[in-house]
Amino acid sequence: MTYLPLLGIALVVLGFALRFNPLLVVVVSAIATGLLSGMDFVKVLSAVGKGFNDNRSITVVFIVLPVIGLLERYGLQQRARTLIESMRGATAGRLLVAYLAFRQVFAALGLTSVAGHAQTVRPLVAPMAEAAAVKEHGKLDEATSEKVKALSSATDNVGAFFGEDIFVAVGSVLLIQGSMAGFGIALTPIELSLWAIPTAIAAFLIHGARLLWLDRALRHSRESGSPAEQGIPGSRLRGNDEQ
Amino acid sequence: MINLHWVYALGGAMWAAFAVLSLRDRTNRHRFGNALLWALVAISFWFGDMIGDLGNGVLVLAVALLAGAKLIGRSESVSTTIEERAELSGRYGSKLFLPALIIPATAFIGTLLFTYTPLNGSGLFDPKSVTLVLLGGGVLIALAVCYIWLKPPVLAPLQEGRHLMDAIGWAALLPQMLAALGAVFAAAGVGNIVGGLAGSIIPSGSVFFAVVLYALGMVVFTMIMGNAFAAFPVMAAAIGIPILIRGAGANPAVIGAVGMLAGFCGTLMTPMAANFNIVPAALLDLKDQYGVIKAQLATAVPLLIVNILILYFAGYVWVH
Repeated sequence: MTYLPLLGIALVVLGFALRFNPLLVVVVSAIATGLLSGMDFVKVLSAVGKGFNDNRSITVVFIVLPVIGLLERYGLQQRARTLIESMRGATAGRLLVAYLAFRQVFAALGLTSVAGHAQTVRPLVAPMAEAAAVKEHGKLDEATSEKVKALSSATDNVGAFFGEDIFVAVGSVLLIQGSMAGFGIALTPIELSLWAIPTAIAAFLIHGARLLWLDRALRHSRESGSPAEQGIPGSRLRGNDEQ
Repeated sequence: MINLHWVYALGGAMWAAFAVLSLRDRTNRHRFGNALLWALVAISFWFGDMIGDLGNGVLVLAVALLAGAKLIGRSESVSTTIEERAELSGRYGSKLFLPALIIPATAFIGTLLFTYTPLNGSGLFDPKSVTLVLLGGGVLIALAVCYIWLKPPVLAPLQEGRHLMDAIGWAALLPQMLAALGAVFAAAGVGNIVGGLAGSIIPSGSVFFAVVLYALGMVVFTMIMGNAFAAFPVMAAAIGIPILIRGAGANPAVIGAVGMLAGFCGTLMTPMAANFNIVPAALLDLKDQYGVIKAQLATAVPLLIVNILILYFAGYVWVH
């Protein structure tokens, strides 16, 4: 067996590290890997094309953008912020813990695509978390605002990944069952689902603790930092479009 | 029967509209690049099944060159100002959430109705793609409600959608491109090579060490492929089944389920999982394109350790 096709992996790592355009890196790596494994150029290009065409379902989710964009035009993000500002006791950490629980439970029921980065995080969760952080901390500097937004997306991922495997009919559970069956090991989906629960609980505890720690850090930096200035309305109502 | 191709036709129409609107947008220095990119995506969604594998390959090459040559830019917003949005949000109030919730609610209620009621046998939707079909349906319902209620300018949804799409830019296509790379890796036998390598460095005797190598192998291979699904069959065949289940008598359900979840910890740490880690950074306008990954590291690493402990104790020690 030849190790030459592994150079394709090295190309991906190198290309990402040198910050070439990732689309170009991926296509070049795919072609290099195919050529190194002995395919001719036309065959490689056809394999890339087939792989791309077979996976259009990944990209089609962007059809939600016109609805989200239209509602943002009418102030959806601002409304999400106002709602949080009017809630007593709503902190960025508690809000994200609640979203984490919601995401895990729904994913465990097989409803992974009811939420997501385009559907819920950008229009609702991230602005709400930011508004709550402003309440706790006062006006956010850029680094803190970036951190709160990044944690909103991270919470969506953690919730979806470590909830979905509890659902018996999800692709990964069926893949595990199929792979094991290929070696003569019979497993039922329900056994696999049950063994996803301990990790799901650990994910909730670890990520949840980090989110509550965020509240602590926000309060702490308010006490020790410059005189707590309340966010001026203009900055609170900043839309994501604004650079 | 309504299947995925109906949703693809809808998506193709959206990208075709983005292409036309981009072409007319003089505020974007790269309007021709954007128009060409979205036109290529529209062609892929409308005609992808007719132009053959090689035709799709040429299309992919064109998309990559367009992105690599930095011919794609951002348009200036033609939307309401921040002050207008504050005023509008006060006028419409919390009812603004309702259209946003129509999409998930349609997917939720529709999936339940279609899975657990007699509708199941009606053959109205293709069972393999119910959720995506309902997502498309939810979008159309939400748009109809918005047109009736908010009376926006006719092109407003497409202009606002295009503005968001431009903000994501080429990154929107990265997840699909990575899936194509995965297909080529599989055809070239990369998985077998990596599995063979991982299997060959296992020392005999230490079950704990084998568990650690199995979990780390899942993580590393997932980070390379951007997807735990590609890593699992390889690592199960290289270490999980021969050494842990057959050799040490470990519980196969634990080795399977928690091994996959160890791979998910890798998904949290890699730019190759672009739809989870890179696209959201673009959607939220983060300055650091790796910001989401950095925010996930402190969850992924402790969770990986927990997974290794579950694999070892629940999978092996308590079984014996």
